[in-house]
Amino acid sequence: MKKIRIQEEFCIGCRLCEINCLVKHSYSGKIIKAFREESPRALPRIRVEEEGYLSFALQCRHCEDAPCVENCMSGAMQRDRETGTVFCDEERCVGCWMCIMSCPLGVIKREQKTRRIASKCDLCGGEGEPVCVAQCPNEALLYE
Amino acid sequence: MAKSLLFPEFKIDRDKERCISCQVCVRQCANDVHEGSDNEDTVLSQEENCVGCQRCVNLCPTNALTVHKREGGFRPNGNWSEQHLRGIYKQAESGGILLTGMGCDRSYPIYWDHLLLNASQVTNPSIDPLREPIELTSYLGRKEEKLDIDWSGEFPLVQTRLAPQLELKVPVVFSAMSYGSISYNAFRSLAEAAREVGTFCNSGEGGLHPDFYPYGDNIVVQVASGRFGVHRDYLRVAAAVEIKIGQGAKPGIGGHLPGEKVTKEISRTRKIPEESDAISPAPHHDIYSIEDLERLVFAIKEAINYKKPVAVKIAAVHNVAAIASGVVRAGADIVTIDGIRGGTGAAPQVIRDNVGIPIELALAQVDERLRSEGIRHHSSLLIAGGIRSSADVIKAIALGADAVYVGTAALVGLGCHLCQKCYTGKCNWGIATQDPVLTKRLNPNIGKRRLVNLIRAWSFEIKEMLGGMGVNAIESLRGNREHLRAVGLSKEECAVLGVKAAGEGW
Repeated sequence: MKKIRIQEEFCIGCRLCEINCLVKHSYSGKIIKAFREESPRALPRIRVEEEGYLSFALQCRHCEDAPCVENCMSGAMQRDRETGTVFCDEERCVGCWMCIMSCPLGVIKREQKTRRIASKCDLCGGEGEPVCVAQCPNEALLYE
Repeated sequence: MAKSLLFPEFKIDRDKERCISCQVCVRQCANDVHEGSDNEDTVLSQEENCVGCQRCVNLCPTNALTVHKREGGFRPNGNWSEQHLRGIYKQAESGGILLTGMGCDRSYPIYWDHLLLNASQVTNPSIDPLREPIELTSYLGRKEEKLDIDWSGEFPLVQTRLAPQLELKVPVVFSAMSYGSISYNAFRSLAEAAREVGTFCNSGEGGLHPDFYPYGDNIVVQVASGRFGVHRDYLRVAAAVEIKIGQGAKPGIGGHLPGEKVTKEISRTRKIPEESDAISPAPHHDIYSIEDLERLVFAIKEAINYKKPVAVKIAAVHNVAAIASGVVRAGADIVTIDGIRGGTGAAPQVIRDNVGIPIELALAQVDERLRSEGIRHHSSLLIAGGIRSSADVIKAIALGADAVYVGTAALVGLGCHLCQKCYTGKCNWGIATQDPVLTKRLNPNIGKRRLVNLIRAWSFEIKEMLGGMGVNAIESLRGNREHLRAVGLSKEECAVLGVKAAGEGW
């Protein structure tokens, strides 16, 4: 399975990955609309961690033994058998946040769309390069 | 403190309709120009600190920013230009020498733009580089007066022992930029790109970091007046050694790398204590004459067993032709000449903008002088200082250069926007800085790719131009000024360049 590899030595902490992720997962998919008009604003599924001059963009690692999948009581959090991607079926998610409780990396967020839904990296649907990788100005993220 | 009389140099326009307050600009500016306000939905800008490097403009995801020269401020005056007024205000406030970076930005004539190239028509065929090979390989080093050949055997054998040569796949070399003046990642980009395209990069006067020893076959190391990091292995690992006497941006001036930039790795490379200022004296204190230079050239040749060429770099100054002649006689295998538009990491502005002569004139005169003295083949000519495109490269070669150095062009390829603030160490593009937050911004994998692309593109263009002239090897163009014509130049300038005026023929 292709994964996003983080090269923290080249992360410049610009957070364009967060911005592009947010846009990708917004209703309109358009940057100005997504930020200025959509309410509630979509959430980025990637987060830049920073301390001093170190920074890196962290998103779901799609763990092999994903605790979020194991602990999901409604079966919303599941693994795509073909691609291996861990994703949340929004129809089935009940917003109990067990996935958030069990995620060792803290990369699942609480999204308040029409109701409470767990929001996490879906590798942009698994089609081609995720936006965070494609739009990183310094190629600090690789999809391989 | 009394109120400064200076105006901000740049104006920042933030399109309120487009700005999404994502704060990318805030995070990217090392000069603290942009600032998020307490109200999360606005970003404020402090124009006083802006250097016009365009980093924020480049990274703004909605193209909400434009940074342009601030109009007005100073009352227009033909004599007292903004540059002069700004200089006076700054000096009246600081009492110091004005510092700057990069090459001279004054509008002195650029002779490349007054030289035109020839092409074949009817009487000689042009060549299509896509169908026929065109040779760009050049060799730098002393050439033999004559070759003794043994014809007795089945195949002729060259008996003469040839002087060591540098083989360049493209006649473009990355010029001397030390690790210290540029970042580790910038130097790595240059070294990797040089290896990939079959050319060389120059270590500058700051020594060679152990990580780059494996790239030695594509590195020319420099011995400058500060002698930083010069030791046996440094000389032996490189493909050639260059003695730096002067630099085009600051002829007659030494260098000064401020202690803040002397990090642990740089102190290791330069062999000086951490955080101590690295001061290169103006002259080499053991070279006060051509004879002294000869001693150093041969001391180095001894140290490297006569296996590699030794270059001597001088700045293009008024008597450059006579000096170059002396340098050749001192035993230099390569003479490097750096013109007034050559770049630097830091130089007094008054020196950068007023000392030296344009490289085109210096090159033409040096080539002429060495030919007339019959010693042109003793040395190759490498020229530097303001080469901006493949057209400049080919014109330089037609004027008599063996190859050219590119420094600024390479940095621009890496992302430099010529803000001329290299000396502050706050390069937002991660090039001329040692700040770990900023150096990360230059990914050497991207840098290498961009430089390789640039040199490849130039080599295609050079081949196209050569083909058009009906020349199938760059060697055949070297010093062939019949392929050049001058437009808009005076008789004197044409004479100095040794080029006919456009329209003149046989």
